[in-house]
Amino acid sequence: MNLRPVAIVYRKELRDLLRDWRTIMSMIVVPVVIVPMIILGVLKVVNLTMKEESKVMLLGGEGSPESVAALRRLNKFDLVPASADFTNLISTKKIRAAVEIPNDFDAAVEGERKTTIRIYTYEGEPKSMQAAGQLEEFFQHRREELVRRRLQERRLPETLLAPFEVKRSNVASPKQVTGVVIGMILPYLMIVMCLAGAIYPAVDLTAGEKERGTLETLLSSPVARTHLVLGKVLVVLTGSLATAALSLSANGLGLLVIHFGKFAKLPLALDPLALAGVCVVMIPLAIFLSSVAIAVGLFARSAKEANTYLQPMLLLAIIPALLASLPGIDFNYRLAFIPVLNMSLLCKELLTGACHWGHVLAVFGSMTVYAALAVAAAVALFKRESVLFRT
Amino acid sequence: MIEARALTKIFHHRRRGQIRAVDDVHFRCEPGRIFGLLGVNGAGKTTCLRLLATILGPTAGTATVNGFDIVTAPEKVRASIGFLSTATALYGRLTAFEVVEYFGRLHGLADSALHPRIDALFQALAMNEFRDRRCDKLSTGMKQKTSIARTLVHDPPVMIFDEPTLGLDVLAARTVLGFIRECGQRGKTVIFSTHVMSEVEKLCDSIAIIHGGRILAEGALAQLRERTGLESLEDIFIKVVEEHA
Repeated sequence: MNLRPVAIVYRKELRDLLRDWRTIMSMIVVPVVIVPMIILGVLKVVNLTMKEESKVMLLGGEGSPESVAALRRLNKFDLVPASADFTNLISTKKIRAAVEIPNDFDAAVEGERKTTIRIYTYEGEPKSMQAAGQLEEFFQHRREELVRRRLQERRLPETLLAPFEVKRSNVASPKQVTGVVIGMILPYLMIVMCLAGAIYPAVDLTAGEKERGTLETLLSSPVARTHLVLGKVLVVLTGSLATAALSLSANGLGLLVIHFGKFAKLPLALDPLALAGVCVVMIPLAIFLSSVAIAVGLFARSAKEANTYLQPMLLLAIIPALLASLPGIDFNYRLAFIPVLNMSLLCKELLTGACHWGHVLAVFGSMTVYAALAVAAAVALFKRESVLFRT
Repeated sequence: MIEARALTKIFHHRRRGQIRAVDDVHFRCEPGRIFGLLGVNGAGKTTCLRLLATILGPTAGTATVNGFDIVTAPEKVRASIGFLSTATALYGRLTAFEVVEYFGRLHGLADSALHPRIDALFQALAMNEFRDRRCDKLSTGMKQKTSIARTLVHDPPVMIFDEPTLGLDVLAARTVLGFIRECGQRGKTVIFSTHVMSEVEKLCDSIAIIHGGRILAEGALAQLRERTGLESLEDIFIKVVEEHA
């Protein structure tokens, strides 16, 4: 096959595309600036929320100054005075929780009588649950301290109440631990970015050409239609991979800033070889997505219609990518033939270092076949008059 | 030379059924002569020219363009033609130079031959003033000159023009018509479709009246006058169409 016409089409289409500000937005600004800013913004909000003092109402406790003082010393809660409508205040999120300390609490504890602390929450509301958790932790800690002191006073061993301990030991390497966390996010991010980077160029080079009237000009040239499509597919693939690579770099840089800027401690023991493996296995998926986007764009009569078809396609790709990140869904040879899902599961395995060559071959092989079929479909559509001149 | 033999194109429409856009068409265009395809909107002119340019494939029949068959050698046909129509727009984000250069490369010209050729074309068409301006910033006349340069860059022996003056102002239309005449004078085979009678009267050596996808009459203007006994082309056209209605 003479590749010179493909190279000519590729160079022209890429130049044409890069002169469009919308391409710059979708290929560079969105993955490099917007997406990392959103992720950083979300992390910042989460960080602030975690540090925020929860507004908690103190009910009772007048006769138990010691416990109240200990609660105040904790500096985790903004304690507000008691009010009769506390349930309403919790429901309307004016306060996060209320804690009821019986007036004779300290005396009851000292007298070794059973007494109860009651915590009022908004079940399911994250900030209310967080405040309730902190309150429970505080009182559990005080209870344990009290028990320890009493055992010591009665010269009894601590093992009387805790005859054995249960301890967890992590046998996974730091790289594997990081791989599990990153394996849930990275394939999803890469797939979304691959498709997001392919959609705009695909629409512009197909339905956009129809709309602008340049398609007929191009069809009157002596270049074979197969070469024209291959040139276009390669440009869309470039857009797709460039967007994914830029997004990966920008988000990686963002994580480093978070880690070394002391915003949060992140597990960064990622295996560079596994990361390189993820990038390589993404290539047939990017070819598949680019060719499908070209085929859909060709079928559409206008750029608007193409976008209408391609937005659901983005959803169709996101769902399997999300499915793969769910706990309990692991790689098997039946799933190896479901596009997108297979790549996501393989990426998870690669990043956790639990990958087998059989899995790589099954996924790489099936995705290569799908990619070839998608390219063939795009070429076949480009040769159909009813598609090119669809009105 | 162009020779159409029983050229037929049928479209299948979901609601309207079969549409015979070009129906058993025969004609012959000789080098150095301008062949006019005259018809109302929807007569089949554009489909006929798209078939000759191999943008569409025929349902039946065939044609040869510069000795190449449109069915068996479409790429060689396209390499032999310059195709200009109102539907052949320019790439707005490329400059006039880049557009012409791109099509020169698509026609297989090496840069060593291509660049002197573009320089000569830009000089001849007075395009140097807007050579590096993006096509979306050009006036209609400038765009038309760029399109002409695009069709001529590979110096094709056959020129196909589909209503090339449609929507143009008087000055731009004059440039295009002058260019068509020049193509004929240079010995190229020219086929030109329009519904404007005056353009056909001024330019064409041979005229074919097309209606409902069929060629109803063909010949030089003098022959058509003799056959119908009428003087003006408009009257001749109406008479021919009514005779076959």
